[in-house]
Parts: sequence; C-alpha cells; structure tokens
Amino acid sequence: MQNDVVLTMRGISKQFPGTKALDHVDFTLRRGEIHALMGENGAGKSTLIKVLTGVYEKDGGSIHIEGIEGEAAIHSPQDAQNAGISTVYQEITLCPNLTVAENMFIGRTDGAIVHWKDYEKKATAILENLGIPARARQELSSCSLAVQQMVAIGRAVDMNCKVLILDEPTSSLDEKEVAMLFKLMRELRSRGVGIIFVTHFLEQVYEVSDRITVLRNGELVGEFEVSELPQLELVARMMGKSLDDLSELEKIDKHVPTDTETVYEASGLSSVARKPFDFQIRRGEINGFTGLLGSGRSESVRAIFGADSVTGGRVRIKGKEVRITNPHEAMKNGVGYLPEDRKRDGIIADLSVRDNIILALQVMKGYFKPMKKSEMEKFADEYIRELNIKTASQNTPVGSLSGGNQQKVILARWLLTHPDYLILDEPTRGIDVGTKLEIQRLMLKLAEENMSVTFISSEIEEMLRTCFRLIVMRDGNTVGELTGDQLTQSQVMETIAGGEAQHG
Amino acid sequence: MTTANPILRQRRREPLTDASLLTLIAMGIFIAMYASAVIFMGGAFQKVQQFLDLFNENAALIIISCALTLVMIGGGINISVGGIIGLTCMACAKFLEYSAPENSALAVILTVALALGVGLAFGLLEGFMVSYLEIQPFIVTLAGMFLARGLTTILSVNPVKVTHEGFQVLVKTKLQIPWLGYVAKNGNLIPAKLEIGAIVAVTVVAAVWLMLRYTKLGRGVYALGGNRQSALMLGVNVKSVCFRSYVISCLLAGLAGLTFLMHKPAANASIAMRSEMDAIAASIIGGTLLTGGVGNVFGTLFGVMILAAIQKIIGLSPLNESWWQDMASGAMLGIFILLQSVILKWRAKGGKDTGAKAATQSR
Repeated sequence: MQNDVVLTMRGISKQFPGTKALDHVDFTLRRGEIHALMGENGAGKSTLIKVLTGVYEKDGGSIHIEGIEGEAAIHSPQDAQNAGISTVYQEITLCPNLTVAENMFIGRTDGAIVHWKDYEKKATAILENLGIPARARQELSSCSLAVQQMVAIGRAVDMNCKVLILDEPTSSLDEKEVAMLFKLMRELRSRGVGIIFVTHFLEQVYEVSDRITVLRNGELVGEFEVSELPQLELVARMMGKSLDDLSELEKIDKHVPTDTETVYEASGLSSVARKPFDFQIRRGEINGFTGLLGSGRSESVRAIFGADSVTGGRVRIKGKEVRITNPHEAMKNGVGYLPEDRKRDGIIADLSVRDNIILALQVMKGYFKPMKKSEMEKFADEYIRELNIKTASQNTPVGSLSGGNQQKVILARWLLTHPDYLILDEPTRGIDVGTKLEIQRLMLKLAEENMSVTFISSEIEEMLRTCFRLIVMRDGNTVGELTGDQLTQSQVMETIAGGEAQHG
Repeated sequence: MTTANPILRQRRREPLTDASLLTLIAMGIFIAMYASAVIFMGGAFQKVQQFLDLFNENAALIIISCALTLVMIGGGINISVGGIIGLTCMACAKFLEYSAPENSALAVILTVALALGVGLAFGLLEGFMVSYLEIQPFIVTLAGMFLARGLTTILSVNPVKVTHEGFQVLVKTKLQIPWLGYVAKNGNLIPAKLEIGAIVAVTVVAAVWLMLRYTKLGRGVYALGGNRQSALMLGVNVKSVCFRSYVISCLLAGLAGLTFLMHKPAANASIAMRSEMDAIAASIIGGTLLTGGVGNVFGTLFGVMILAAIQKIIGLSPLNESWWQDMASGAMLGIFILLQSVILKWRAKGGKDTGAKAATQSR
C-alpha cells in the first residue's frame, strides 16, 4: 500500500435479490485528492458508497483504512464514522429546526447537559476557519441549501474525518453556491482530506476532481487521471461503448414528414423539475429526448404532459394556444403519456386488464357518463388482439401479467383515447427483446397513421432506429438537436459530452 | 481562507425564530384578553385571586399540556393523559378510602408513589410500543386511554370521596400571599391563595422548559421532531429519546392526577374526560406544531391560560352555557391556527424561501 493512500476497497461485491449491484469493484482514495465516482444511474455508485458507510453489508471484498490494522469492520454508519469516514448526503441530513451550532454537535457530546456557550464558541471557530457564511446561533432553516450543506461538511470535518463522501452535493445548488462549495472542497483537499465526489454533472467533475473512477452496471470500468480522460471518452466509458466500436447500425427506412402541420409546440415551457425549453413535433413524426440517465429527459416530457407542476411557458396545439397544467388537460388536448415507472405511475395492479385499458377513456369522458359493459368488452378485446397482449382473459388482474404485457396494456389504454400525440417514456425497459421490437414496430406504424410520438429510451440504438429527430440533453439543458445523417451513436455521444448548453 | 468574515464577528441578535414568534403571539393574546376582561367586566377580574385561580383550577391541565407539548415536539401524540388522570384519581381515592387515618404521613407518601407509579407503568408500556415496536403513537395512546378508563370503572362505578385526614391536609394547605389580597366588606384582609397543585404545575413548566433546552434528551426531542432520519444520522439515539419522552409524559399525567385530586378531593369514572383534547389545544395555541420540532412549554402555559380565561369570561358573562364555552374555545383554536399559518407563510415568503426550495427539490 502506498503511503498516501487513505482508503482501499478491493473486490467489493453486493448482491440484491435479482440483481448484482456490485461485482468485484476496486476503489482507491489518496490523501488530499478529490476523487470523482462516475456512472449512470444504477451503475452502482450509491451502492458502493452505502457499503463504505455501513448502510449495506458487503457480500465480498475487503476495505482497508489508513491507521487501522487489518480489515476495517464497518457494519453501521456509526462504525464508519468511528473509522473516520463522514458522509454528506444529497438530501441534507440535518435538523432544520435546530441552530447551526447544535447541528454540528448534537449526537456526539458527552454528558446529559447541553453547554450552549461551548457549542457556539466551537461552531463559530469552525465556521470562520472554513469560511462558511453562517452564524452559530442561526436556525438552520434560515440558511440557504448550500450553507446547510457546508454546515454538514463542517460537522464532518470537525470529526477528524480522513474520508469525506459528498453524495450529489451540487444537485440542488445554483452556480454561485456550487462555486462556494468547490472552494470549500479545495480548502479541505489542501488540508489532506480525501474526498469522494459523487455527481452526474460532467463539467463539475472536470472543474474540481483529480481522479475519476467509472462504474458501469455494477462493474469497475477503470480509474483515470482527469487529465488523461477527455470528456467524450468519459461519456463513452459510462455508456459502455468504446469509441472504435461505434459502427453504424442498419436503419429502418423512415418516412420523414417535413410538410405536415405542427401538432404540438411549446416555447419557454418549464416545470418545477425542468428549466425552460422549446419543443415542437409535427404530425406523423417520431422524435426523442436523449442524454444520460438523470439529464432531464423524463422531466421534459412530464412538463409537456403537465405531470409535474408547470411553472411557465406557452403551448400551442395544432396552432391554437392552450393551457396544460395537469394531465387531465393534456389528455383533453389529445396528448397521451406512458410513464417511465409503470409500477408507480401506470398500472393499477389489482384491477383487471379490461379496467386498466378503459381507464384513460373513462377519465376523459368523465365519471358521470359510465360506459356500457359490452362497449368496454369490445374495446378491450380489440386491443388485446391488436397488441397481442398475452393474458388469460380480460378479467385477469394486470399485476399477474409479465412486464412486457403490462406495458402493452398501458399502451392500449392510451391508444384507445386516440391521442394526436403520444409520449412513451422508457416503454421498452425491462421487457424482452421480442416485445421490444413489437413496440418499436408499433411506433412506426402509429406514425404512419399520422400520430406524433415522442420516445425516450436508455438504449440509444433503439432511439436511432425509430426517431426522426433527437433532442440531446445534459444536466437539465438541451445541448443539441440531431436529424438525418447526424443520427449516429458517435454524434449523440459527442453532443452529450461537448455540446454547448443552449436554453431552448 | 483563514481571514474571518467580518459579518461573523459582529455579535448581533438572531432574528426571531418562528417558534418564539408563536409563543409571543400566545402571550400577547392572553394579555390582551385578560386586560380587556379586567377593564370591561371588572368585578371579580380585578381581584388577583381570580388570576391565581387560573392556576389553582387548571393545575392538572397545565401539567398534562406540558406532557403533550413534550411528545408533540418529538413528532408524536399522547391522548392517554386524560385517562391516566382519571385512573390515578380513582386509584388514589380508593387507596385512601382503605388506609387507616392514624398513619397519615405514610399514607400520603404512598398515595404520591401510587400516582406516579400508575403514570410510570403506562409510560413504560406506551413508550415501548411507540419507540421500539414502532406502532403509531395515536393508536397506542388511544388504546392506553381506553385501558385507563376501563380500569377506572372497574375500581369503582360510583363516585368516591376522599375524607382521609392526611390527604385533606394537602388539600387545605395553601400558600397565603397577604399583599396580593383584598379587603373584604367587613374590613378583614383576605389574602390571595395559591394551592399546592398550582405550585407543582408552575414547577413542572419550569422543569420541562429546562429539560427541553439544556439537556441532551431535550435537544434530542427537538431533533427527533425536526427530522427523524436526520436525527438518526447525526447520532441521536432516536428510539431511546422517543421512549423517554413518552415515559415522562405519562409520569406527568400521573402527577396531574394527583394535583387534580388535591384540588377536588373526589373521584368518579368520568373525571378529566376530554382533558387530553384541551391539552392538545393548549399546546397548539401556545405555538407547538403538530408536525413536530417546534414548541415551547411557556407558550403552552399561555395556551392553557387562554383556554381557562375564555372559560372564566364566559362563566361570568350572560352567555353562561357550556356550549358557548366550547364554541369560544373552538373558535379561538381555529383563529389561532389560521393566524399561525398566515404568519408563517408570510415570513416564509419574505426571503426565507429556503424551506420551500428544499421541499420542491426533495421530490
């Protein structure tokens, strides 16, 4: 072991029911470095952090920490803290109703009596020392999120931590606050603290980090010096493609409409989760939002559908200005949305296949105009046949169907309302290849029948095969729009890695 | 970065927290209410005794309101306190009925022990179920309430009068304050009187205030109510803090039962019925948030005072009917909650938008 290494993790494995979250992952942290841990959502970053902080027990591998003989035994967050590992989580884990000073010292003092004076003196010293713009006696809730985060870091540092884990610390901060945080991180680095920086913001990694470890699908991709890993290559590694590999895939002949009317047009549309953006789609067009997981793809379509509360912007449907602030209004205007998480937002598992198919149509008609049973049965039969849904009968509860067939039921639900514009968010995730192809083919067929479709998928090949136009996103911004010959994997990745942010 | 920020150096007063603001509002309302009663209704309200009677008559309510404030700050609730008062009163009354009058000192000590013992037993049981078995506190204490009421009825269906001499001494002993008294029509000075129960109640308020502010347990209760998950991550022993807060609250309810009996030495099956609801109302009027993390027993004391003053004012007015009292208390509670939320919203808008920001982003 080198002298300046503070933390070594070797061959860490962690199994969850059904998935291997970590598969023999190595990780090394040196004294006084900022080490970025990168990977798409689900790559195993959080699991690795949770193993290190004792939230999860590892299934295999070893952890060595400087100053501790032999293997470090970490079975609880308390153990981790005692071993000198402190974590500042994405959601601030402090108590907003207590003072800054108290938040720094609660839970780690001796004796039954609280000595406020001591607390405040020590806290003021820490705040001044680290240049955190807060007062010791201030109530925490009156501090900005960035300052709250810094208070949490101050607490961690005061506990003599050797390893400081910052888990997505910047995700809810604005640029100025991020700069403040980075200043503090650099200060701590110069004091010899090893910092693990988990984030999905690429620019931020290049701004402060010294080294990057990339994970993908629970496996270690590699450890790199920041200077040796260009941004484009980092994206490629995160997505699991090597640059040379990016051969063109065969394309289905797509009839690209250019002269049809614009079905949906938004300008400056924004929601609580999405910055303002412009977007439009023509009749019979298939387009898609692409980008790394967490880049704001779903947030974009949720804003279009009114699923997140809309905060601004103008929407025109077929040239007519409309207001869409909730899903019901979107549906009335001919917009359908198949959500990303079908378990949570989509199916109602205990209801029958028929009831699930009828649902959206019934909502649109209004609850006071019930449909005839025979009518419902007819519709259900029609779509079960058309989409080839494999179910024992229309009365079977949807929950007992396979994932792919559940997905088709939701698709049927929306097709039944005959939307002009259908949004499909990850419709192919977690379903078998055969059904995937069926859904892709169906999309192309719908487009031919003059329906407009927006498609989101984590599998870029799938999108390249079906979409006429791709909107590329990064860190919540649109960074490019690709059409025609630009629709290649390398072009998409280049845009993700290097494209200039454009608002619109 | 060792150059200190000059702003930090200045020792300036921290802005008022929401919690202290709510307490101040409660105090202000009480003072305004009582002052207008003195001015417009005069008579009895001009005597200091009338004011002291607020404490004498509501000692038990003050104590259980403190108990409620404690658990509510921790994000819980305890609706068994009224039942515990009832059971304590009945148990003590029955005990005194059978104990020999000659050995009075011992009997009184045993009565006190019995009252606290009943509270402690409920506290241990409920505290264990709420904190270690993680059952909803509302359900646990609802069950506790039914249990206590049931046991009270088993002890005696008929009212029991306390005639024990030793205990009567406790009942009759009063702190006499001559300089706050008044001169009666026949020229005799009638001193103002404060009962033992009232003194106990005020002591409890002070003790709970000190406990909440200056002990690890007290701060743990605030942390628990502020954010349970965070408190856990910060190293607060969440379960133990929760457990102890329930034990203390039930213990206080036992003590409240004793003071109740000292004020009115008779017990019956429906004693202190609904008093847990009054205690919740008093806590909320005093600025305790039902969501936890915010509260202050001084505010709670004023909450009780407000409810008691309403009762007194209506009692001495032409509207002397129990439904008027209920309606006035209800209206007060409604107005107060409205006021709280309006003021807190208004403050949140004025620059303190971090909370709202955090809320939308934790989606």
